[in-house]
Amino acid sequence: MTDEKEIRQVMAAGLVEAAKNDDRIVVLDADLMSCHATKCFLEAYPERFINVGIAESNMIGVAAGMAAFGKIPFTFSFAPFATRRCYDQIFISVAYSKLNVKMVGSDPGVMAEANGGTHMPFEDMTLMRAIPKMVCFEPTDATMLQKALPQIIDYPGAVYIRMFRKKTEKIFDDSLDFKLGKAVKIRAGKDVTLIASGIMVDRALKAADALKEEGISAAVVNMHTWKPIDTDAIADAVKETGALVTCENHSTFGGLGSAVAEVVVEKCPAPVEMIGVVDSFGEVGKQAYLSEKFHLTVEDIVAAAKRAVARKK
Amino acid sequence: MQKEKLDFLTAKARKLRDDAIEIIGHFGVGHIGGTMSVMDALTVIYYDKANVDPKDPKKQDRDRVIMSKGHAGPAMYAVLCDLGYFPKEWMTTLNKNGTNLPSHCDMNKTPGIDMTAGSLGQGLSAAVGMALAAKIDRNPATIYCFIGDGESQEGQIWEASMLAGSKKLDNLIVLLDSNRMQLDGPVENINGLEPIVDKWKAFNFFVQDVDGHDLAAISDAIDAAKAQHDKPSMIVLRTVKGKGASFTEGVANCHSMSVPEEVWRKETGRYE
Repeated sequence: MTDEKEIRQVMAAGLVEAAKNDDRIVVLDADLMSCHATKCFLEAYPERFINVGIAESNMIGVAAGMAAFGKIPFTFSFAPFATRRCYDQIFISVAYSKLNVKMVGSDPGVMAEANGGTHMPFEDMTLMRAIPKMVCFEPTDATMLQKALPQIIDYPGAVYIRMFRKKTEKIFDDSLDFKLGKAVKIRAGKDVTLIASGIMVDRALKAADALKEEGISAAVVNMHTWKPIDTDAIADAVKETGALVTCENHSTFGGLGSAVAEVVVEKCPAPVEMIGVVDSFGEVGKQAYLSEKFHLTVEDIVAAAKRAVARKK
Repeated sequence: MQKEKLDFLTAKARKLRDDAIEIIGHFGVGHIGGTMSVMDALTVIYYDKANVDPKDPKKQDRDRVIMSKGHAGPAMYAVLCDLGYFPKEWMTTLNKNGTNLPSHCDMNKTPGIDMTAGSLGQGLSAAVGMALAAKIDRNPATIYCFIGDGESQEGQIWEASMLAGSKKLDNLIVLLDSNRMQLDGPVENINGLEPIVDKWKAFNFFVQDVDGHDLAAISDAIDAAKAQHDKPSMIVLRTVKGKGASFTEGVANCHSMSVPEEVWRKETGRYE
């Protein structure tokens, strides 16, 4: 079921609300305010919204300076320009300087659709994960973001938020018990665990349904925080099911699959199959077409789960 | 400027240059050229202008000084040590294992450093962010930011200056250490900046072009900058790289050079 709310609206409204009682919160954008629905913040707090124009490196540096002055800046851009374009500024001015900047990168992976290969980030989490102490988070739906936002504001350090802007499939209701850095186990299973993030969570749940009909019991875990990754949740999944499939709308090189595999090979060896983009650039197209092209479909997950189960001794 | 104050600042600048030579000398090598060229302007800011308190280095209404050309860290350390931000014993620790005085300025290591720098071009954006934050808070702080002329080849300098001009940040004073030399040689031979005054004027700055070793002129320029409304300021400091040490002033390769013990002791007359 498609959610009623767009994620960007939840983000923008959440910031307006939080800013009422917290004058540290400021918002910066690089000429994509209309895409991020942050005009409501500009209208509520005109002095606290800085549109720097099309200059992402400067946006990050300005945000770092504002953070050094005591502010909590939220920066917005499309994910490739929020990360790759200004990587050294994030690395030095924000992270190395230990400054409290929250960076939102929108339109993750195939969700960049018609903007195509130049705008289609499969590597943003890989880049951000390589920066020491960077928290890397991909909200699954509007409900999760709503619950995450106060925790992100309270966390005294740099956070990258990989955010789809529009309406997602609704995964969670208000009963969600959310903690940044703690995976959410959505479904229990015995034979294999599907560890998914972002748009892939809904597909993992559908894959689990399909697997059930074929007699395979698949657990589904939503790993929304890629760093610091929930090692206990991974170890539990291995213990309970003995095989994993990671599902990400992102490159498997350094992405969620890598992050999970890093834990598995050191702490709890088990078969891991990775669903994700493999060594490829993006291109224009509808997300359904791109998902097929890059093997991110429910059917791809089902096939990977069978391979993972077959690899168990 | 009154003679008494000028004499004080002149003596202070001389002492700080000797301190910086000693700081680098204890490690034996360092960025001495660009350290010596900014020392006069730093002296004026810290000993005549800035609202700072070594006993309360994080007070929120303090003026900020950002050394975007972060390799001039030893110049900052000479000043901060003299003012009592940290113990004199630290002077011997530059770049040594576990030090609080790294080659490039680090806000998390050295008391009194307001922004980390070292990847050139980034400090000015941070200074613009601080100036914006000060405006939001109605905070009276003045934000001083030193940039280099070689550093001005970084595109980020111009992204930051465009925003500062556009947002009319009259609480921002940028000082360009125009010593005309970069690591590989003369700036004008490599990727020239001139006409630099026109460039900053075109970015909507109030621009002053001064002798960067004339303490009274620097002081007047800062006063004029602070009197501006609706415009950020650029003070082009015409300087000499390595100014004030016989073994560096006018020496072509003084960007980073070895400073053996016998050289710095002879230069400073410090043998104890």
